[in-house]
Amino acid sequence: MFDFISFIPRAIMQGTPLLFGSTGETLTEKSGNLNLGIPGIMYVGAISGVVGAFYYEQAGAPSPFLAVLIPMLCSIVGSLLMGLLYCFLTVTLRANQNVTGLALTTFGVGVGNFFGGSLIKLSGLPVPAIVLAKTSSYFSASVGSSSDNWFSKLFLSYGFLAYLAVIIALVASFILKRTRTGLHLRAVGESPNTADAAGVNVARYKYVATCTGSMIAGLGGLYYIMDYTKGVWSSDAFGDRGWLAIALVIFTVWRPNVGVLASFLFGGLYILHMYIPSGMNLAVKELYKMLPYVVTTIVLVITSMRNKRENQPPASLGLPYFREER
Amino acid sequence: MNKRTREPLIHITKRGELRWYQAWAIRGGAILLALIFAGVITTLLTGENPVRVYAAIWKGSFGSTRKLWVLGQNIAILLCVALAVTPAFRMRCWNLGGDGQMLAGGLATAACMILLGDKIPNALLICLMIVTSIIAGAIWAFIPAFFKARFNTNETLFTLMMNYIAIQLVAYFIVVWEVPKGAGQIGIINQSTNAGWLPQIGPSKYLLNMIVVALLTVAMYLYLNYSKHGYEIAVVGESERTARYVGIKVDRVIIRTMLLSGAICGLAGMLLVGGTDHTLTTTITGSRGFTAVMVSWLGKFNPVWMIFTSFLLVFLGKGGSEIATNFGLSSSFGDILTGIILFFIIGSEFFITYRINFRKAAEKED
Repeated sequence: MFDFISFIPRAIMQGTPLLFGSTGETLTEKSGNLNLGIPGIMYVGAISGVVGAFYYEQAGAPSPFLAVLIPMLCSIVGSLLMGLLYCFLTVTLRANQNVTGLALTTFGVGVGNFFGGSLIKLSGLPVPAIVLAKTSSYFSASVGSSSDNWFSKLFLSYGFLAYLAVIIALVASFILKRTRTGLHLRAVGESPNTADAAGVNVARYKYVATCTGSMIAGLGGLYYIMDYTKGVWSSDAFGDRGWLAIALVIFTVWRPNVGVLASFLFGGLYILHMYIPSGMNLAVKELYKMLPYVVTTIVLVITSMRNKRENQPPASLGLPYFREER
Repeated sequence: MNKRTREPLIHITKRGELRWYQAWAIRGGAILLALIFAGVITTLLTGENPVRVYAAIWKGSFGSTRKLWVLGQNIAILLCVALAVTPAFRMRCWNLGGDGQMLAGGLATAACMILLGDKIPNALLICLMIVTSIIAGAIWAFIPAFFKARFNTNETLFTLMMNYIAIQLVAYFIVVWEVPKGAGQIGIINQSTNAGWLPQIGPSKYLLNMIVVALLTVAMYLYLNYSKHGYEIAVVGESERTARYVGIKVDRVIIRTMLLSGAICGLAGMLLVGGTDHTLTTTITGSRGFTAVMVSWLGKFNPVWMIFTSFLLVFLGKGGSEIATNFGLSSSFGDILTGIILFFIIGSEFFITYRINFRKAAEKED
């Protein structure tokens, strides 16, 4: 029998970093910026939080409140700086977004592994990892009671960041769809010329959306380290989840509220191979790991085939805006 | 007109065409600035004398004969992938799937070596490896290209996803072919018989790859600049509507160019698997598909400039890891250095394309 009660919470925990990442990237893409630096930003978000937590734990970590606040602030500041760098290059200097994004990913992953490696040396453990057990215990403390019935296992067993991810996604969805700010933002992404003519400050919207998006995505990295891996950082641990978050944006056709369920689905697909009885045939498991990407390409193809207007990428996605260009 | 509108302090206009040496002077300045900045960062992080830092960067590439060969090999493969993606980029079709297409080629090569090694003559095997790897890479590029041409599916995201599908496919076959069972890796293929290993020319096994890529560079330069296909690519890149108006079949050009792109990536995968590494791993491409995007863009999609830009990126990567080993830092230091230099060069393009006019200067012109 397939064990749903243990599968679903793990799928949700696996999906939460993706939800942060995809919500952030959706906001970014709605402003017309295709930020391929998200994987790097999530690394930076994670390592900044780890650095903050590491030094606070060295100081003894007396207050649980600060032990949560300091890593979160560090993470947000770290990813904000990355977002600002991206915006400065692509919006102010009008550089190519693909190239900037890829460079940002190279840089971000490098920064993550570099400072991670340096901290591993400082911590002097026999294993090549940093363990932040104390900080992690605050982050991963489950919100609800720890009773053993299925309801609390499915809905109340997560750290507060998981609920924050859902809230942020719903709020982002509301802002995009129901507020004037969201309307302006979508206008900037669809047709910056029109938005500019209507008096919307294109550069400011792009900056704010991209930087907010980066900060949200960075929290995904923080969640992964502090909650999912229980405070253990090792090199390249975060893997290719950043790219999966970008895939998720397409999968949800640029809707953060759909992203809530879709990210849990992706989380499920990501760990499905551990739950499928494949016997001794380990090779098949590798094919199961392909599923999230295959599903994404299928969605990408179907949305472009049906060609429905509301399911398309923002029209100016990936293009720099220069007022004097025709 | 009694109420003057306030003129903004900075006004940005597009420049006319800069002379090539002016443009490269700006880029050179950016690289120089970046190197200084990177040196300062390294000095701050390590407390080392900056001169020793630069010496280490230099030694990472030119320290010994072996390092020189490795430098050549890395440049060759990176340049090969960059050459592959360039025609697509000239068409403004962002093929980020270089990694996936290389892996597809590498997988085909490894399949030939493992399944057919010792069963057919070596020359035939190598021919088969070349053909299948090219076909495999081309197929991997054809899938996104077809949907791009037919339904205008976003090729950036599609090719990106194809990378990970290829990685998992390779992971699957690694488990199928693993030696010994349970090792999780293939190991060196045909170690005893050398079946399917590309022949060694001259003093190093890397020389063959370098020659192949050098020929490819010349061919690509001629193809892009002096052939009808190259012209069609340029027109489609400038304006799809114009292309359609003058009777170029845009979807055909897209598919043809992407096929070419994938085929060369597949060949690069073959050079890696058959020529030098003689094994297959999921990380064999080393994200060169992404680095190639930057090489191609930095080289202004010009194969000749790309030789220089791929040298620059490989040189920095090697320098970074040399610093890391010398001064006991994490090996990711190279990525940070590369990132810094890239940001500087990316930023410098602005000053090549645009001119900044300050308020006073603007008034004088009036």
